[in-house]
Amino acid sequence: MSDEPTQRLDEGALRTLVPRVLAGLVRRGEEFDAAEDALQEALLEALRVWPEHPPRDPRAWLTTVATRRLVDARRSEAARYRREEEEYAEPRVGGAGPEEGDDTLFLLFCCCHPDLAPTSQVALTLRAVGGLTTREIADAFYVPEATMAQRISRAKRTLQGRRLDQPGDLAVVLRVLYLVYTAGHAGRVDLAGEAIRLARQLTLATAEPEARGLLALMLLSHARLPARFAADGRLVTLDRQDRGLWDAREIAEGVRVLQSALALQRPGHYQIEAAIAALHDDAASAEETDWPQILAWYDDLVALTDDPVHQDPAAVLGRAVAVGHVVGPTAGLLETDRLREVLGDRHRWHAARGHLHELGGDLPAAAAAYAEAARRATNVAERDHLIRQAARARA
Amino acid sequence: MPKYLLLKHYRGGPESHRPVPPIDQWAPEDVEAHMAFQHHVSELLESNGEYVDTKALAPAQTWVRYGGPDAAPVTTDGPHPETSDLIAGFWMIDVESYERAVELAAYVSSEPGPGGEPMYEWIDVREVMWERPPTTDGA
Repeated sequence: MSDEPTQRLDEGALRTLVPRVLAGLVRRGEEFDAAEDALQEALLEALRVWPEHPPRDPRAWLTTVATRRLVDARRSEAARYRREEEEYAEPRVGGAGPEEGDDTLFLLFCCCHPDLAPTSQVALTLRAVGGLTTREIADAFYVPEATMAQRISRAKRTLQGRRLDQPGDLAVVLRVLYLVYTAGHAGRVDLAGEAIRLARQLTLATAEPEARGLLALMLLSHARLPARFAADGRLVTLDRQDRGLWDAREIAEGVRVLQSALALQRPGHYQIEAAIAALHDDAASAEETDWPQILAWYDDLVALTDDPVHQDPAAVLGRAVAVGHVVGPTAGLLETDRLREVLGDRHRWHAARGHLHELGGDLPAAAAAYAEAARRATNVAERDHLIRQAARARA
Repeated sequence: MPKYLLLKHYRGGPESHRPVPPIDQWAPEDVEAHMAFQHHVSELLESNGEYVDTKALAPAQTWVRYGGPDAAPVTTDGPHPETSDLIAGFWMIDVESYERAVELAAYVSSEPGPGGEPMYEWIDVREVMWERPPTTDGA
């Protein structure tokens, strides 16, 4: 035990308090917009004061300071109306506070309000639930800080006056977290890691199996990330990755979470995609991949939508590749044909066909398909990879 | 210090000094050398303190114009004439002089092509205009 009065400020711990404090303020009736601003000011104050004077109860400290800021803001407003409001001078102390998980879920529903555009939902979630600064979010999405600040304040204005006590749409929350995850990890801010952190909090707040499915999917694909890029930054596809670099602990956690979700017998597309990811993670080498099982999961994934017109084209394309491995490349190519209308302009469709042609030994056709895919890629690493594939197939 | 864009084109510009097939038809080792050179240029510019930004542009192009009151935008997404310019990407640099920009553009143009030979690719050099006038009027 150390009696040192100064303790190092743990920013991670500080950030986990953000949603709890904010949820408390909004629950007792503060406007989301004003409460969020007040909390940001309280956080800045904390960074200044805590290193010298660590609080006994950080959460209560933040709530009190944020409340004072709210009172100050309200006073200056009130002065304009020649009116005083004193009843907010002290934070109301309730009985047993709500569980941390409830706070997170409540705030996620606020930030992922259906009236907000997806880009705003993402930005607001990272700030209000993730506790990232506007600067960090701007860096992560490669936009100027002023642009991101504007996006966030417009989103908060949209929420003004909306009833925030209704249960929200969990499907939207899941989609927003997956958007954060796929936005990547290249910048200074690790968005993939942040999405996993938030999804883990979400699974504490709801028993919904799709929430666990999403967390499992993220963990099982994130585990492969260390092998996904070579030292010089080039993309390494699944079949060529050094599987020794995969994160075994993340895979184990992902499988555990997935099993607990599947046990509830209410499958959904995140659970199924996680199951497919788990089968890839489970193979000691590309050759040992259990393609028949993967194909069975793709059958389930496609069958989630009865109407063939509204089937998820990405699922149908993934299934076509699995068919190519199980039945044969010609059968797989045949499966991709019916996607020509919907996906024929996307690089993924051409890349999948290149892979299937290569699998069947038709290298000139593979090279042509990879070159077509490269022309349609919108990501430099993927574009370069596809050009290499084309050149390799021609050589 | 003036800023310049060094623009690379998929097509357009003066007649090629040396005709080159599309990159996906090169030998794999030539593709590698070419890509390595692009990274090297960015690193070189950064270490010189001359780098501002670099971006690649996808080749799909859509021309859009106002459709008139109460009308949808008018778009045309090609195919455009093979002779029209199509920008592939750029480096933005911050350099001492126009001469330095030309020197760097020529270096970019020396990038290795098939057989490791220089490509002699035409590079489009454009000065970026300033938003604000200088604080002194130079009188």
